[in-house]
Amino acid sequence: MAETIIELVNLTKKYRSFTAVDHIHLTVEKGEIFGLLGPNGAGKSTTILMMLGLTEPNEGQAKVCGIDPTRHPIEVKRRVGYLPEDIGFYDDRTGLENLVYTAMLNRISEAEATQKANALLKRVGLENVDGKKTGKYSKGMRQRLGLADVLIKNPQVIILDEPTSGIDPQGVRAFLDLIIELRNEHGLTVLFSSHNLHQVEQVCDRVGIFVQGKICAMGTITDLSRQLFGDADHNLEDIYNSFFDEGGVHHE
Amino acid sequence: MKEVYIMNDKRWNHFFKKYRPHDAVAERPSAFTHKTNIIHPFWVMVSKEISDQVRSWRFIIMAALIALTCLGSLYAALAQFGKQSGSAEDAFFFLNLFTLSDGTLPPFTVFISFLGPLLGISLGFDAINSEQNRGTLSRLLSQPIYRDYVINSKFVADLIVISTLFVALGLLVLGSGLIALGIPPTADELSRLIFFILISIIYVAFWLNLSILFSVVFRQAATSALSGIAIWLFFSIFYSMIVDLLARAIAPKGMLTEGQAVQFQNFVLGLMRFNPGQLFSDATITLLMPSVRSLGALTMEQLEGALPTPLPIGQSLLMVWPQVTGLIAGSILLFGLGYYLFMRREIRPR
Repeated sequence: MAETIIELVNLTKKYRSFTAVDHIHLTVEKGEIFGLLGPNGAGKSTTILMMLGLTEPNEGQAKVCGIDPTRHPIEVKRRVGYLPEDIGFYDDRTGLENLVYTAMLNRISEAEATQKANALLKRVGLENVDGKKTGKYSKGMRQRLGLADVLIKNPQVIILDEPTSGIDPQGVRAFLDLIIELRNEHGLTVLFSSHNLHQVEQVCDRVGIFVQGKICAMGTITDLSRQLFGDADHNLEDIYNSFFDEGGVHHE
Repeated sequence: MKEVYIMNDKRWNHFFKKYRPHDAVAERPSAFTHKTNIIHPFWVMVSKEISDQVRSWRFIIMAALIALTCLGSLYAALAQFGKQSGSAEDAFFFLNLFTLSDGTLPPFTVFISFLGPLLGISLGFDAINSEQNRGTLSRLLSQPIYRDYVINSKFVADLIVISTLFVALGLLVLGSGLIALGIPPTADELSRLIFFILISIIYVAFWLNLSILFSVVFRQAATSALSGIAIWLFFSIFYSMIVDLLARAIAPKGMLTEGQAVQFQNFVLGLMRFNPGQLFSDATITLLMPSVRSLGALTMEQLEGALPTPLPIGQSLLMVWPQVTGLIAGSILLFGLGYYLFMRREIRPR
């Protein structure tokens, strides 16, 4: 686990006077499942967008798979799968058609794409509904189709932004298991952003906690517990709450 | 048996690989294909957009509307042919199909200048904002494609759809004319028709670009559609009224010399030509009525010695060249603006 796959150095994004991401440093190693935590507006999504080259940083540099996404976004996007929160599909097409389209945008031939899409639909448990238009999918089905959509390009890194919102508890369990399986099988690196501390605790090797554009804590849960409380017995919820007062106000 | 098939299959593949034109030109990645059966992402997007458009109800409705009016005006024109006896020896007899009317229905060109913008607007008004509202834009842009593929592929796809529709309609009218009249068009007439179809496509592309621009600017598809329709209504109904009012207000009083009158007429016409519809009708009238020798007012002096013969196609084209250039320039300007705004925008998931 020595190979660094994501490296953010001094990364900063400003919107006029507001600093969304404030000089963050972050490294993620190959095969790791890294959790991004933090309240809404803490800069998680902006950081993700900068990693994909969809937004340019004002300062600092990102390196994903050794490539600078600001300079070579295409190369990065070929290797990174991104599942945005509340993913959109072409509603008047079937799940299979949506997947094949994504695959063909990744320069996969139509025959191969269809084959892969069918295999992935099976994998995420949507094989029986592939004739259904995605407009009629439930939220949970959309998220699972989203995961298939991310995987069809054979990525090295997948970035999941709130992937479990709207899925029922059993679905969540299956979803998380699938992520761990994929990591174990293909050595995928996973960036997992969520508000659900329990889920993050279940799957993530390390976590980073974002507060107002800064990463105020990073490490494994046991490490963080030791740093903050002096023992390894505290769970992620205690750690997370220690950065916020009752009213949700951040104290340094 | 099975093996034989596989063998054959392989041989065919080999054959195709050997004789495909792309592969013959070394192995550099061309715009079309990368490897044998991998389509370039841009053309994947274009073909998806085309199938989206062709399947959509609004396109079916617009195409049906245009086809119906086309048939209606064709019928009216043919009815008029019957009344004009002995005109078959006239030059450019065939072109009358597009410009003649019996007074109940306007001719084909007028319909196109009226409905064409609506077609352009309906194809483009939700090009970008619908992708954004459905949340597909951020998914699309996280694929390894350049951002401008999104807007370019939509424009190219819509252009292909429009071109196909207009070429089909033009040929339909041509064919029905052939059957009904029994006289084939001359080469000159045919080339005039081709240029007429080309200019119609450019004209619709102008409105298409306007609506693509609005689809970038406005988040709501409804706002974008209404803005497009507002501008279309303004130009097709109110603009000429405003120019009329203005012309009346500034018309020179009292006795005029011929030169002054011509100058004033040309000034008013110049104002009218800010309307893309005016540019289009100028261009089509000149092309389809070869007897039109000038689009502005002329003094008697200028007309002296002129023979009242139809213009050759080269001269007609030369005359409408400014109009066509104006339309193309306008389209490019609108598309450029939309492109610039789209490229500068930050794309966030909805």
